[in-house]
Amino acid sequence: MDAPRVVVVGAGPAGVRATEALVASGLRPLVIDEAPLAGGQIYRRPPPGFRRTTKELYGFEAAKAEAIHRTFDDLIDFIDYRPRTLAWNVQDRVLYTVRDDAVTPVPFDALVLATGATDRVLPFPGWTLPGVYTLGGSQVALKHQGCVVGRRTIFLGSTPLLYLAAYQYVKAGAEVVAVLDTASFSSKVRAAPKMLSNAPMFAKGLYIMAVLRRFGVPIENGVRPVAVEGEDAVSGLCYRRRGGGEVHIKCDAVASGFGLRPESQLAELAGCDFRFDPVFRQWLPQPTGDGRVGNGVYLAGDGARIGGADAAEVSGELAALSLIEDLGRGPGDTARVAGLYRRLTSLMRFQAGLASAFPWPADMAWNLPDEAIVCRCEAVTAGEIRRAAQRSLGGGREINRAKAFSRVGMGRCQGRFCGLGAAEVVAAALDQDISTVGRLRGAGPVKPISLSSILDE
Amino acid sequence: MSQFLRVAEKSRPRVTITVDGATVEALEGDTLLTALLTTGRRVRESEFSDGPRAGFCVIGACQDCWVWMDGGERTRACSTYITDGMTIFTHNPEWPWTPPA
Repeated sequence: MDAPRVVVVGAGPAGVRATEALVASGLRPLVIDEAPLAGGQIYRRPPPGFRRTTKELYGFEAAKAEAIHRTFDDLIDFIDYRPRTLAWNVQDRVLYTVRDDAVTPVPFDALVLATGATDRVLPFPGWTLPGVYTLGGSQVALKHQGCVVGRRTIFLGSTPLLYLAAYQYVKAGAEVVAVLDTASFSSKVRAAPKMLSNAPMFAKGLYIMAVLRRFGVPIENGVRPVAVEGEDAVSGLCYRRRGGGEVHIKCDAVASGFGLRPESQLAELAGCDFRFDPVFRQWLPQPTGDGRVGNGVYLAGDGARIGGADAAEVSGELAALSLIEDLGRGPGDTARVAGLYRRLTSLMRFQAGLASAFPWPADMAWNLPDEAIVCRCEAVTAGEIRRAAQRSLGGGREINRAKAFSRVGMGRCQGRFCGLGAAEVVAAALDQDISTVGRLRGAGPVKPISLSSILDE
Repeated sequence: MSQFLRVAEKSRPRVTITVDGATVEALEGDTLLTALLTTGRRVRESEFSDGPRAGFCVIGACQDCWVWMDGGERTRACSTYITDGMTIFTHNPEWPWTPPA
Protein backbone atom coordinates (compact mmCIF):
# COMPACT_ATOMS: atom_id res chain seq x y z
CA MET A 1 0.00 0.00 0.00
CA ASP A 2 1.26 3.48 -0.83
CA ALA A 3 2.20 5.74 2.05
CA PRO A 4 -0.68 8.05 2.94
CA ARG A 5 -0.40 11.55 1.55
CA VAL A 6 -0.45 13.86 4.55
CA VAL A 7 -0.29 17.63 4.12
CA VAL A 8 0.23 20.35 6.72
CA VAL A 9 -0.61 23.96 5.85
CA GLY A 10 1.29 26.47 7.97
CA ALA A 11 4.62 26.32 9.78
CA GLY A 12 3.85 28.32 12.91
CA PRO A 13 3.74 26.74 16.37
CA ALA A 14 0.70 24.55 15.51
CA GLY A 15 2.03 23.38 12.14
CA VAL A 16 5.50 22.64 13.50
CA ARG A 17 4.21 20.54 16.43
CA ALA A 18 1.81 18.70 14.12
CA THR A 19 4.65 18.00 11.69
CA GLU A 20 6.88 16.77 14.50
CA ALA A 21 4.26 14.26 15.66
CA LEU A 22 3.57 13.07 12.11
CA VAL A 23 7.27 12.47 11.44
CA ALA A 24 7.64 10.65 14.78
CA SER A 25 4.94 8.23 13.62
CA GLY A 26 6.91 7.43 10.46
CA LEU A 27 4.97 9.64 8.04
CA ARG A 28 6.63 12.05 5.62
CA PRO A 29 4.25 15.02 5.45
CA LEU A 30 4.27 17.73 2.86
CA VAL A 31 4.49 21.09 4.64
CA ILE A 32 3.24 24.19 2.84
CA ASP A 33 4.02 27.63 4.24
CA GLU A 34 3.59 31.10 2.80
CA ALA A 35 6.65 32.46 4.58
CA PRO A 36 10.24 31.92 3.40
CA LEU A 37 11.22 30.71 6.92
CA ALA A 38 9.21 28.64 9.40
CA GLY A 39 7.98 30.10 12.69
CA GLY A 40 4.61 31.63 11.85
CA GLN A 41 3.82 35.25 12.65
CA ILE A 42 4.49 34.97 16.36
CA TYR A 43 7.92 33.40 15.99
CA ARG A 44 8.65 34.97 12.64
CA ARG A 45 12.32 35.03 11.74
CA PRO A 46 14.01 38.07 10.21
CA PRO A 47 15.68 37.72 6.81
CA PRO A 48 19.29 36.51 6.55
CA GLY A 49 21.82 39.14 7.62
CA PHE A 50 19.83 40.45 10.59
CA ARG A 51 21.73 40.20 13.87
CA ARG A 52 19.43 40.64 16.86
CA THR A 53 19.47 37.77 19.35
CA THR A 54 16.38 35.62 19.94
CA LYS A 55 16.08 37.31 23.34
CA GLU A 56 15.94 40.71 21.63
CA LEU A 57 13.48 39.42 19.03
CA TYR A 58 11.08 37.36 21.10
CA GLY A 59 11.58 38.67 24.66
CA PHE A 60 9.75 36.52 27.22
CA GLU A 61 9.09 33.87 24.58
CA ALA A 62 12.67 33.48 23.32
CA ALA A 63 13.05 29.90 24.57
CA LYS A 64 9.77 28.83 22.96
CA ALA A 65 10.67 30.53 19.69
CA GLU A 66 14.07 28.84 19.63
CA ALA A 67 12.49 25.46 20.37
CA ILE A 68 10.00 25.84 17.50
CA HIS A 69 12.72 26.95 15.06
CA ARG A 70 15.12 24.18 16.11
CA THR A 71 12.40 21.52 16.00
CA PHE A 72 11.44 22.49 12.49
CA ASP A 73 15.01 22.81 11.22
CA ASP A 74 15.68 19.27 12.50
CA LEU A 75 12.63 17.96 10.62
CA ILE A 76 13.49 19.34 7.21
CA ASP A 77 15.17 16.15 5.96
CA PHE A 78 12.10 14.12 6.92
CA ILE A 79 9.44 16.18 5.20
CA ASP A 80 8.62 17.62 1.81
CA TYR A 81 8.92 21.33 2.65
CA ARG A 82 7.46 23.96 0.39
CA PRO A 83 8.10 27.48 1.73
CA ARG A 84 6.92 30.65 -0.06
CA THR A 85 3.91 28.68 -1.20
CA LEU A 86 0.28 29.72 -0.89
CA ALA A 87 -2.47 27.14 -0.39
CA TRP A 88 -5.37 28.89 -2.11
CA ASN A 89 -8.15 26.36 -2.52
CA VAL A 90 -9.27 22.92 -1.45
CA GLN A 91 -11.77 20.80 -3.26
CA ASP A 92 -12.48 17.04 -3.41
CA ARG A 93 -9.43 16.14 -1.34
CA VAL A 94 -7.10 18.19 -3.49
CA LEU A 95 -5.28 21.23 -2.12
CA TYR A 96 -4.30 23.83 -4.70
CA THR A 97 -1.02 25.61 -4.13
CA VAL A 98 0.86 28.32 -5.97
CA ARG A 99 4.48 29.38 -5.82
CA ASP A 100 6.02 31.98 -8.13
CA ASP A 101 2.86 31.87 -10.26
CA ALA A 102 3.11 28.09 -10.78
CA VAL A 103 0.05 26.17 -9.60
CA THR A 104 0.49 22.68 -8.13
CA PRO A 105 -2.52 20.58 -7.14
CA VAL A 106 -1.72 18.45 -4.10
CA PRO A 107 -4.02 15.44 -3.58
CA PHE A 108 -4.19 14.37 0.06
CA ASP A 109 -5.49 11.61 2.27
CA ALA A 110 -5.25 13.79 5.36
CA LEU A 111 -4.85 17.53 5.75
CA VAL A 112 -3.85 19.55 8.83
CA LEU A 113 -4.84 23.20 8.53
CA ALA A 114 -2.67 25.33 10.82
CA THR A 115 -3.34 28.59 9.05
CA GLY A 116 -3.04 31.01 11.96
CA ALA A 117 -4.81 34.29 12.47
CA THR A 118 -4.91 37.91 11.45
CA ASP A 119 -5.83 40.96 13.50
CA ARG A 120 -9.50 41.45 14.21
CA VAL A 121 -10.03 45.10 13.42
CA LEU A 122 -12.85 47.61 13.65
CA PRO A 123 -13.20 50.63 11.40
CA PHE A 124 -13.07 54.18 12.73
CA PRO A 125 -13.12 57.44 10.78
CA GLY A 126 -9.75 58.04 9.13
CA TRP A 127 -8.44 54.49 9.50
CA THR A 128 -7.39 54.32 5.85
CA LEU A 129 -4.90 57.20 6.24
CA PRO A 130 -1.20 56.34 5.91
CA GLY A 131 0.07 55.72 9.43
CA VAL A 132 -2.75 53.48 10.66
CA TYR A 133 -1.61 49.86 10.98
CA THR A 134 -2.89 46.69 12.51
CA LEU A 135 -1.48 45.94 15.91
CA GLY A 136 0.09 42.73 14.62
CA GLY A 137 1.56 44.70 11.73
CA SER A 138 3.23 47.08 14.16
CA GLN A 139 4.86 44.10 15.86
CA VAL A 140 5.92 42.43 12.61
CA ALA A 141 7.55 45.69 11.39
CA LEU A 142 9.71 45.65 14.50
CA LYS A 143 10.43 41.93 14.70
CA HIS A 144 10.94 41.26 11.02
CA GLN A 145 12.41 44.56 9.81
CA GLY A 146 13.78 46.40 12.86
CA CYS A 147 11.39 49.31 12.23
CA VAL A 148 8.68 51.00 14.24
CA VAL A 149 5.59 52.19 12.38
CA GLY A 150 5.89 55.80 13.56
CA ARG A 151 7.95 58.25 15.58
CA ARG A 152 5.01 58.84 17.93
CA THR A 153 2.73 55.83 18.05
CA ILE A 154 -0.64 55.34 19.74
CA PHE A 155 -1.79 51.80 20.53
CA LEU A 156 -5.57 51.58 20.31
CA GLY A 157 -7.96 48.69 20.72
CA SER A 158 -9.12 45.94 23.00
CA THR A 159 -6.60 43.18 23.59
CA PRO A 160 -3.77 42.43 25.99
CA LEU A 161 -1.46 42.57 22.97
CA LEU A 162 -1.84 46.38 23.02
CA TYR A 163 0.26 46.42 26.15
CA LEU A 164 2.74 43.85 24.86
CA ALA A 165 3.28 45.78 21.61
CA ALA A 166 3.64 49.09 23.48
CA TYR A 167 6.17 47.41 25.77
CA GLN A 168 8.12 46.09 22.78
CA TYR A 169 8.15 49.59 21.28
CA VAL A 170 9.41 51.38 24.39
CA LYS A 171 12.06 48.68 24.89
CA ALA A 172 13.19 49.33 21.31
CA GLY A 173 13.59 53.02 22.13
CA ALA A 174 10.46 54.21 20.33
CA GLU A 175 8.07 56.84 21.63
CA VAL A 176 4.65 55.52 22.65
CA VAL A 177 2.22 58.41 22.98
CA ALA A 178 -0.49 56.41 24.76
CA VAL A 179 -2.18 53.06 25.13
CA LEU A 180 -5.88 53.65 24.54
CA ASP A 181 -7.88 50.64 25.63
CA THR A 182 -11.55 50.50 24.65
CA ALA A 183 -12.14 47.88 27.36
CA SER A 184 -13.20 49.20 30.73
CA PHE A 185 -11.18 48.58 33.86
CA SER A 186 -14.14 46.82 35.46
CA SER A 187 -14.41 44.23 32.67
CA LYS A 188 -10.81 43.27 33.43
CA VAL A 189 -11.47 43.01 37.16
CA ARG A 190 -14.50 40.79 36.51
CA ALA A 191 -12.47 38.48 34.26
CA ALA A 192 -9.50 38.23 36.63
CA PRO A 193 -10.51 34.89 38.19
CA LYS A 194 -10.52 33.19 34.77
CA MET A 195 -7.24 34.83 33.79
CA LEU A 196 -5.61 33.59 36.99
CA SER A 197 -5.95 30.08 35.53
CA ASN A 198 -2.70 30.98 33.75
CA ALA A 199 -0.74 32.58 36.57
CA PRO A 200 2.57 33.02 34.69
CA MET A 201 0.79 34.80 31.81
CA PHE A 202 -1.16 36.95 34.26
CA ALA A 203 2.07 37.88 36.06
CA LYS A 204 3.70 38.76 32.74
CA GLY A 205 0.81 41.13 32.03
CA LEU A 206 1.27 42.88 35.37
CA TYR A 207 5.02 43.20 34.75
CA ILE A 208 4.43 44.77 31.32
CA MET A 209 1.99 47.30 32.82
CA ALA A 210 4.58 48.21 35.45
CA VAL A 211 7.26 48.79 32.80
CA LEU A 212 4.91 50.97 30.73
CA ARG A 213 4.18 53.07 33.83
CA ARG A 214 7.90 53.36 34.55
CA PHE A 215 8.43 54.69 31.01
CA GLY A 216 5.62 57.19 31.65
CA VAL A 217 3.29 55.83 28.97
CA PRO A 218 -0.25 57.10 29.62
CA ILE A 219 -2.81 54.27 29.74
CA GLU A 220 -6.53 54.96 29.46
CA ASN A 221 -9.38 52.49 29.81
CA GLY A 222 -12.86 52.64 28.36
CA VAL A 223 -12.09 55.08 25.54
CA ARG A 224 -13.67 55.28 22.06
CA PRO A 225 -11.85 56.63 19.00
CA VAL A 226 -13.63 59.54 17.31
CA ALA A 227 -11.40 60.07 14.27
CA VAL A 228 -7.86 59.86 13.02
CA GLU A 229 -6.74 63.36 12.08
CA GLY A 230 -4.55 64.34 9.14
CA GLU A 231 -4.75 65.28 5.46
CA ASP A 232 -2.50 62.84 3.60
CA ALA A 233 -1.19 60.96 6.63
CA VAL A 234 -1.86 60.59 10.35
CA SER A 235 -1.14 63.75 12.36
CA GLY A 236 -3.23 63.01 15.43
CA LEU A 237 -6.13 61.15 16.99
CA CYS A 238 -9.33 62.40 18.56
CA TYR A 239 -10.88 60.08 21.13
CA ARG A 240 -13.61 60.24 23.71
CA ARG A 241 -12.85 59.54 27.35
CA ARG A 242 -14.98 57.21 29.40
CA GLY A 243 -16.54 60.24 31.09
CA GLY A 244 -17.45 61.76 27.72
CA GLY A 245 -14.89 64.50 27.06
CA GLU A 246 -13.10 64.56 23.70
CA VAL A 247 -9.32 64.66 23.60
CA HIS A 248 -7.04 65.47 20.64
CA ILE A 249 -3.50 64.15 20.72
CA LYS A 250 -0.70 64.44 18.20
CA CYS A 251 0.83 61.28 16.81
CA ASP A 252 2.07 60.01 13.45
CA ALA A 253 0.97 56.38 13.76
CA VAL A 254 -1.93 54.43 15.22
CA ALA A 255 -1.55 50.68 15.76
CA SER A 256 -4.96 49.16 16.29
CA GLY A 257 -6.26 45.70 17.13
CA PHE A 258 -9.26 44.12 18.80
CA GLY A 259 -8.02 40.59 19.25
CA LEU A 260 -7.48 38.07 16.50
CA ARG A 261 -9.61 36.21 13.99
CA PRO A 262 -8.86 32.77 12.58
CA GLU A 263 -7.76 32.45 8.96
CA SER A 264 -10.44 29.81 8.50
CA GLN A 265 -11.13 30.16 4.76
CA LEU A 266 -9.50 26.83 3.79
CA ALA A 267 -11.40 25.07 6.59
CA GLU A 268 -14.60 26.49 5.14
CA LEU A 269 -13.70 25.38 1.61
CA ALA A 270 -12.88 21.92 3.00
CA GLY A 271 -16.48 21.69 4.21
CA CYS A 272 -16.23 22.47 7.94
CA ASP A 273 -19.32 23.51 9.85
CA PHE A 274 -19.24 26.95 11.41
CA ARG A 275 -21.18 28.15 14.42
CA PHE A 276 -21.59 31.51 16.08
CA ASP A 277 -19.52 31.71 19.24
CA PRO A 278 -20.95 34.25 21.69
CA VAL A 279 -17.71 34.57 23.70
CA PHE A 280 -15.54 35.48 20.71
CA ARG A 281 -18.54 37.04 18.91
CA GLN A 282 -17.43 35.34 15.67
CA TRP A 283 -18.42 32.40 13.51
CA LEU A 284 -15.88 29.67 14.13
CA PRO A 285 -15.26 26.25 12.61
CA GLN A 286 -16.31 23.44 14.90
CA PRO A 287 -13.60 20.84 15.33
CA THR A 288 -13.79 18.34 18.14
CA GLY A 289 -11.31 19.03 20.97
CA ASP A 290 -8.75 16.88 19.20
CA GLY A 291 -8.95 18.80 15.92
CA ARG A 292 -11.12 16.47 13.80
CA VAL A 293 -13.59 18.00 11.37
CA GLY A 294 -14.13 14.95 9.16
CA ASN A 295 -13.25 14.07 5.55
CA GLY A 296 -9.57 13.71 6.47
CA VAL A 297 -9.31 17.33 7.60
CA TYR A 298 -7.90 18.45 10.95
CA LEU A 299 -7.67 21.96 12.40
CA ALA A 300 -4.97 23.24 14.72
CA GLY A 301 -3.90 26.48 16.34
CA ASP A 302 -5.34 29.96 15.97
CA GLY A 303 -6.67 29.09 12.51
CA ALA A 304 -9.44 27.17 14.25
CA ARG A 305 -9.97 29.08 17.48
CA ILE A 306 -7.88 31.82 19.07
CA GLY A 307 -5.86 30.27 21.85
CA GLY A 308 -2.44 31.84 21.49
CA ALA A 309 0.92 30.28 20.69
CA ASP A 310 1.10 27.84 23.60
CA ALA A 311 -2.35 26.44 22.85
CA ALA A 312 -1.37 26.25 19.18
CA GLU A 313 1.54 23.95 20.00
CA VAL A 314 -0.75 21.68 22.01
CA SER A 315 -3.57 21.61 19.47
CA GLY A 316 -1.08 21.00 16.65
CA GLU A 317 0.19 17.87 18.32
CA LEU A 318 -3.34 16.77 19.22
CA ALA A 319 -4.57 17.17 15.65
CA ALA A 320 -1.62 15.13 14.37
CA LEU A 321 -2.23 12.36 16.93
CA SER A 322 -5.90 12.19 15.89
CA LEU A 323 -4.84 11.96 12.26
CA ILE A 324 -2.32 9.19 12.99
CA GLU A 325 -4.94 7.22 14.87
CA ASP A 326 -7.51 7.69 12.08
CA LEU A 327 -5.01 6.38 9.53
CA GLY A 328 -4.89 3.20 11.61
CA ARG A 329 -1.22 3.60 12.41
CA GLY A 330 -1.11 1.89 15.77
CA PRO A 331 -2.93 2.63 19.01
CA GLY A 332 -2.59 6.20 20.16
CA ASP A 333 -0.84 7.12 23.39
CA THR A 334 -4.04 7.75 25.32
CA ALA A 335 -2.27 9.13 28.40
CA ARG A 336 -0.39 11.66 26.24
CA VAL A 337 -3.59 12.66 24.47
CA ALA A 338 -5.45 13.09 27.77
CA GLY A 339 -2.63 15.25 29.15
CA LEU A 340 -2.58 17.45 26.05
CA TYR A 341 -6.34 17.78 26.15
CA ARG A 342 -6.28 18.91 29.78
CA ARG A 343 -3.61 21.49 29.01
CA LEU A 344 -5.53 22.78 25.99
CA THR A 345 -8.73 23.08 28.03
CA SER A 346 -6.92 25.13 30.67
CA LEU A 347 -5.28 27.41 28.08
CA MET A 348 -8.62 27.96 26.34
CA ARG A 349 -10.22 28.86 29.66
CA PHE A 350 -7.59 31.60 29.99
CA GLN A 351 -8.45 32.80 26.47
CA ALA A 352 -12.14 32.96 27.35
CA GLY A 353 -11.10 35.12 30.31
CA LEU A 354 -9.15 37.42 27.99
CA ALA A 355 -12.10 37.64 25.61
CA SER A 356 -14.38 38.87 28.40
CA ALA A 357 -11.72 41.16 29.89
CA PHE A 358 -11.12 42.74 26.49
CA PRO A 359 -14.53 42.69 24.81
CA TRP A 360 -15.15 43.62 21.20
CA PRO A 361 -16.65 47.14 21.28
CA ALA A 362 -19.39 46.50 18.74
CA ASP A 363 -20.89 49.92 19.45
CA MET A 364 -17.96 51.42 17.52
CA ALA A 365 -19.45 49.90 14.36
CA TRP A 366 -23.06 50.64 15.30
CA ASN A 367 -22.24 54.33 15.86
CA LEU A 368 -19.98 54.89 12.85
CA PRO A 369 -20.83 58.05 10.90
CA ASP A 370 -22.41 57.23 7.52
CA GLU A 371 -19.41 58.60 5.62
CA ALA A 372 -16.84 56.41 7.44
CA ILE A 373 -15.14 53.79 5.27
CA VAL A 374 -15.75 50.20 6.42
CA CYS A 375 -14.29 48.30 3.44
CA ARG A 376 -10.74 49.50 2.87
CA CYS A 377 -10.39 47.67 -0.46
CA GLU A 378 -13.27 49.38 -2.26
CA ALA A 379 -13.97 52.35 0.03
CA VAL A 380 -17.50 51.17 0.90
CA THR A 381 -18.93 53.37 3.66
CA ALA A 382 -21.07 52.58 6.68
CA GLY A 383 -23.93 54.53 5.09
CA GLU A 384 -23.80 52.44 1.90
CA ILE A 385 -23.87 49.24 3.95
CA ARG A 386 -26.83 50.51 6.00
CA ARG A 387 -28.76 51.37 2.84
CA ALA A 388 -27.90 47.97 1.34
CA ALA A 389 -29.10 46.22 4.48
CA GLN A 390 -32.42 48.06 4.31
CA ARG A 391 -32.80 47.30 0.60
CA SER A 392 -32.18 43.62 1.16
CA LEU A 393 -34.99 43.26 3.71
CA GLY A 394 -37.20 41.34 1.30
CA GLY A 395 -34.51 38.87 0.33
CA GLY A 396 -32.95 37.95 3.64
CA ARG A 397 -31.81 39.89 6.63
CA GLU A 398 -28.14 39.02 6.54
CA ILE A 399 -24.66 40.16 5.63
CA ASN A 400 -24.32 38.36 2.27
CA ARG A 401 -27.35 40.23 0.94
CA ALA A 402 -25.81 43.51 2.06
CA LYS A 403 -22.60 42.37 0.36
CA ALA A 404 -24.40 41.77 -2.91
CA PHE A 405 -25.89 45.25 -2.87
CA SER A 406 -22.94 47.25 -1.50
CA ARG A 407 -19.88 45.15 -2.46
CA VAL A 408 -18.66 45.17 1.15
CA GLY A 409 -16.40 42.13 1.56
CA MET A 410 -15.98 41.65 -2.19
CA GLY A 411 -12.63 43.39 -2.38
CA ARG A 412 -9.24 41.83 -2.58
CA CYS A 413 -8.83 41.18 1.15
CA GLN A 414 -12.02 39.13 0.82
CA GLY A 415 -13.62 40.51 3.92
CA ARG A 416 -10.77 39.71 6.29
CA PHE A 417 -10.61 43.27 7.60
CA CYS A 418 -14.15 44.56 7.04
CA GLY A 419 -16.31 41.45 7.50
CA LEU A 420 -16.75 41.48 11.27
CA GLY A 421 -17.27 45.24 11.48
CA ALA A 422 -19.67 45.19 8.51
CA ALA A 423 -21.74 42.44 10.15
CA GLU A 424 -22.13 44.69 13.21
CA VAL A 425 -23.19 47.60 11.00
CA VAL A 426 -25.80 45.37 9.32
CA ALA A 427 -27.04 43.95 12.64
CA ALA A 428 -27.53 47.43 14.06
CA ALA A 429 -29.18 48.74 10.88
CA LEU A 430 -31.67 45.87 10.94
CA ASP A 431 -31.99 45.91 14.74
CA GLN A 432 -31.08 42.23 14.88
CA ASP A 433 -28.76 40.24 17.09
CA ILE A 434 -25.32 39.77 15.54
CA SER A 435 -25.72 35.98 15.64
CA THR A 436 -28.62 36.24 13.16
CA VAL A 437 -26.95 38.21 10.36
CA GLY A 438 -24.57 35.42 9.30
CA ARG A 439 -21.05 35.80 8.09
CA LEU A 440 -19.34 36.55 4.81
CA ARG A 441 -18.86 33.26 3.02
CA GLY A 442 -15.36 32.33 1.92
CA ALA A 443 -14.39 31.51 -1.65
CA GLY A 444 -11.29 30.28 -3.41
CA PRO A 445 -8.76 31.57 -4.21
CA VAL A 446 -8.42 32.64 -0.58
CA LYS A 447 -5.90 35.29 -1.60
CA PRO A 448 -5.46 37.02 -4.96
CA ILE A 449 -3.37 35.00 -7.40
CA SER A 450 -2.57 35.88 -10.97
CA LEU A 451 -5.04 34.75 -13.56
CA SER A 452 -2.23 33.48 -15.76
CA SER A 453 -1.13 31.03 -13.08
CA ILE A 454 -4.58 29.41 -13.08
CA LEU A 455 -4.83 29.37 -16.86
CA ASP A 456 -1.41 27.73 -17.17
CA GLU A 457 -2.45 24.90 -14.90
CA MET B 1 9.61 62.77 6.67
CA SER B 2 9.13 59.04 6.75
CA GLN B 3 6.42 56.83 8.20
CA PHE B 4 8.59 53.98 9.51
CA LEU B 5 11.68 54.57 11.62
CA ARG B 6 14.59 52.15 11.81
CA VAL B 7 15.40 51.33 15.43
CA ALA B 8 17.56 48.22 14.95
CA GLU B 9 19.52 46.27 12.32
CA LYS B 10 20.83 49.48 10.77
CA SER B 11 24.27 48.22 9.72
CA ARG B 12 23.14 46.09 6.77
CA PRO B 13 24.63 46.75 3.32
CA ARG B 14 23.05 49.62 1.39
CA VAL B 15 21.23 48.98 -1.86
CA THR B 16 19.31 51.25 -4.18
CA ILE B 17 16.03 50.70 -5.93
CA THR B 18 14.03 52.82 -8.36
CA VAL B 19 10.52 53.89 -7.40
CA ASP B 20 8.45 55.69 -10.05
CA GLY B 21 11.71 56.70 -11.71
CA ALA B 22 13.35 58.08 -8.56
CA THR B 23 16.27 56.48 -6.72
CA VAL B 24 15.49 55.23 -3.23
CA GLU B 25 18.10 54.09 -0.70
CA ALA B 26 17.35 50.95 1.26
CA LEU B 27 19.10 48.19 3.17
CA GLU B 28 19.62 44.57 2.15
CA GLY B 29 16.85 42.46 3.67
CA ASP B 30 14.26 45.24 3.53
CA THR B 31 10.85 44.51 2.17
CA LEU B 32 9.56 46.95 -0.44
CA LEU B 33 7.17 48.28 2.20
CA THR B 34 10.08 49.04 4.53
CA ALA B 35 12.05 50.69 1.72
CA LEU B 36 9.07 52.86 0.74
CA LEU B 37 8.03 53.83 4.26
CA THR B 38 11.48 54.56 5.69
CA THR B 39 11.79 57.16 2.91
CA GLY B 40 8.21 58.43 2.63
CA ARG B 41 4.66 58.21 3.91
CA ARG B 42 2.73 56.66 1.06
CA VAL B 43 2.78 53.46 -0.95
CA ARG B 44 0.04 53.99 -3.49
CA GLU B 45 -3.26 55.75 -4.21
CA SER B 46 -6.59 54.08 -3.48
CA GLU B 47 -8.29 53.13 -6.77
CA PHE B 48 -11.47 54.61 -5.30
CA SER B 49 -10.09 58.16 -5.07
CA ASP B 50 -10.23 58.30 -1.29
CA GLY B 51 -6.57 59.19 -0.95
CA PRO B 52 -3.13 57.73 -0.38
CA ARG B 53 -2.51 54.38 1.31
CA ALA B 54 0.59 53.07 3.04
CA GLY B 55 -0.16 49.41 3.75
CA PHE B 56 -2.08 48.19 6.77
CA CYS B 57 -1.62 44.60 7.92
CA VAL B 58 2.09 44.20 7.01
CA ILE B 59 1.65 40.40 6.81
CA GLY B 60 0.34 39.81 3.30
CA ALA B 61 -3.37 39.60 4.10
CA CYS B 62 -4.99 43.00 3.44
CA GLN B 63 -3.61 43.59 -0.09
CA ASP B 64 -3.40 47.33 0.63
CA CYS B 65 0.25 47.67 -0.44
CA TRP B 66 0.14 46.54 -4.05
CA VAL B 67 2.85 47.91 -6.31
CA TRP B 68 4.00 46.95 -9.79
CA MET B 69 7.32 45.54 -10.96
CA ASP B 70 8.82 46.89 -14.17
CA GLY B 71 7.62 43.80 -16.02
CA GLY B 72 4.05 44.78 -15.14
CA GLU B 73 3.51 42.07 -12.48
CA ARG B 74 1.72 43.13 -9.36
CA THR B 75 3.29 42.39 -5.98
CA ARG B 76 2.58 43.02 -2.30
CA ALA B 77 5.19 45.46 -0.97
CA CYS B 78 5.05 43.91 2.52
CA SER B 79 5.95 40.42 1.36
CA THR B 80 8.48 41.21 -1.38
CA TYR B 81 12.15 41.60 -0.53
CA ILE B 82 14.10 44.22 -2.42
CA THR B 83 17.09 43.44 -4.58
CA ASP B 84 19.73 45.90 -5.69
CA GLY B 85 18.57 47.76 -8.79
CA MET B 86 14.94 46.66 -8.48
CA THR B 87 12.54 48.94 -10.34
CA ILE B 88 8.96 49.37 -9.21
CA PHE B 89 5.97 51.59 -9.82
CA THR B 90 3.41 52.59 -7.23
CA HIS B 91 0.70 52.82 -9.87
CA ASN B 92 -0.26 50.34 -12.55
CA PRO B 93 2.06 51.21 -15.46
CA GLU B 94 -0.51 49.91 -17.94
CA TRP B 95 -3.29 52.15 -16.66
CA PRO B 96 -3.66 55.87 -17.12
CA TRP B 97 -2.82 57.58 -13.87
CA THR B 98 -2.60 61.13 -12.71
CA PRO B 99 -0.11 61.79 -9.95
CA PRO B 100 -1.52 63.59 -6.92
CA ALA B 101 -1.05 67.35 -7.10
